Amino acid sequence: MAKDMNKDNSKSQPTLLERGFASIKQNGQAGHQIAGPESLPLKMEVKDLDFYYGKFHALHSINMGIPEKRVTAIIGPSGCGKSTLIRCFNRIYELYPKQRATGEIILDGRNILDPKEDVNLLRAQVGMVFQKPTPFPMSVYENIAFGVRLYENLSRQEMDERVEWALKKSALWKEVKDKLNQIGTALSGGQQQRLCIARAIAVKPEVVLLDEPCSALDPISTAKVEELIDELSDDYTIIIVTHNMQQAARVSDFTAFMYLGKLIEFDSTDKMFTNPKRKETEDYITGRFG
Amino acid sequence: MNGLRNINVSLYRKRRIVNFLILTCSILTTLFGLFWLVWLLATLFFHGFKYLDLSVFTQPTPPPGESGGLANAIAGSVLITLMGVLLGAPVGVLAGTFLSEYAIRSRIAPVIRFVNDVLLSAPSIILGVFVYEIVVVPTGHFSGWAGSLALALIALPIIVRTTEDMLKLVPNTVREAACALGAPRWKVTVSIVYRAARAGILTGVLLAIARISGETAPLLFTALNNQFWSSSLNEPVANLPVVIFQFAMSPYEDWQNLAWAGALLITISVLMLNIIVRTFLRTGK
Repeated sequence: MAKDMNKDNSKSQPTLLERGFASIKQNGQAGHQIAGPESLPLKMEVKDLDFYYGKFHALHSINMGIPEKRVTAIIGPSGCGKSTLIRCFNRIYELYPKQRATGEIILDGRNILDPKEDVNLLRAQVGMVFQKPTPFPMSVYENIAFGVRLYENLSRQEMDERVEWALKKSALWKEVKDKLNQIGTALSGGQQQRLCIARAIAVKPEVVLLDEPCSALDPISTAKVEELIDELSDDYTIIIVTHNMQQAARVSDFTAFMYLGKLIEFDSTDKMFTNPKRKETEDYITGRFG
Repeated sequence: MNGLRNINVSLYRKRRIVNFLILTCSILTTLFGLFWLVWLLATLFFHGFKYLDLSVFTQPTPPPGESGGLANAIAGSVLITLMGVLLGAPVGVLAGTFLSEYAIRSRIAPVIRFVNDVLLSAPSIILGVFVYEIVVVPTGHFSGWAGSLALALIALPIIVRTTEDMLKLVPNTVREAACALGAPRWKVTVSIVYRAARAGILTGVLLAIARISGETAPLLFTALNNQFWSSSLNEPVANLPVVIFQFAMSPYEDWQNLAWAGALLITISVLMLNIIVRTFLRTGK
């Protein structure tokens, strides 16, 4: 089954394909390339996290550790709380009344759910890319410079370099280097999403949250974004929410499966997709529900 | 072709007849509405252009029987309207911003919204009498400032409403994206949300100008009128709507002619404003 998943994408991205096969080959053999989440240094630790939309209890005591500089995927059927969970990691849910979280999320030793935590500084440290591309109504250059200017005082030249760096990192530089002054909303959907990723990494966060970043993209743009995720994981801790199990299998080192607001299983992606411990995980991954 | 065999011909014919009837009715009612509008505009243009000449723009309002123009009324109208917008627009935009961006958790917001809607539909003469009571009576005289204040009170609810509506059209995802970069709320509002909604907000302000530039009733109680050039907004100021009102009701023919010219001027400027708003909205998006 896992092999079939990879066939679909064999044309668009050979590198990830190879990686996918490599992980499948390892199945059942002794010793995984990637160790379990417990043995790696953790960037974030979620402890007894509960989340409420008004009276609706959306997340039920979630406990998980997010390994540093790895890609962690969160999968599960619609409405299971995937997005809700990562929206806690930068407290973006606070923009809305009646949404609240209890428990602890430890980032670098401090509890970010503490009311004393400065959310603006937190969000500069924990970047986020959303489901729909959200370019600001300003030029491509300004889109990226906006976030950087909030916390850094760069000279014109340093800013130029930063913008170029972010655009190169997000594989967009070649396409937009001649239209940096064009308005960001004029780019294509795939380019807009990569612009949003460039914007998020330009402020040099340590953690990048991706909330279904490819759901509005065509296969080619999706492949580009996935390659990008692969590359970014060298420097950043990445958490990606995805509806697409193949995508989770392709890009992530660890996968968490959520169902009805609970974390059902969390393990290395290889184990999750080839030898899940829980029946629900297996049913979901093999397409029996969801 | 296969499908045709299943078609119930009489049913289809009936639907075509109904379609024809409804189409005819809607065209006729449109023509009915347009008829009066065209008649009104045609009469106005016919009479107005006859008396519209250079002296209308260069000479002040004359006493009966003498030649003159509307220059002081035009200048007064522009000044009062401008001051009215300058007073009303900042308050309106900020209040609209509060309602849209900051009042999510607030219980006072629905109250403000309701009061604003009441103000929006309040007869303008009431606002005129109100300003008369709070400004004209205490100061002891009519003044241009009182007129501007009355017009500002009329413009205010329009601007509050359109600003809030236009800001709400900016998708929340954009606010989230800006917040997610670590931008404080005011920065998100000023740099991102305003920028996304600026065409709409400006439209609201322009529509408010169009609305207040033709208001007569509130000015009767506040700015009143002035036969001559006014040197400041502290005294009664001539303005087109009141001049039209006064001249059109007068028994003197040359005054009535000037009223036609003034009515045409107001109509054209409001029309132009509306056209500007439309093109602005189109290019803004």
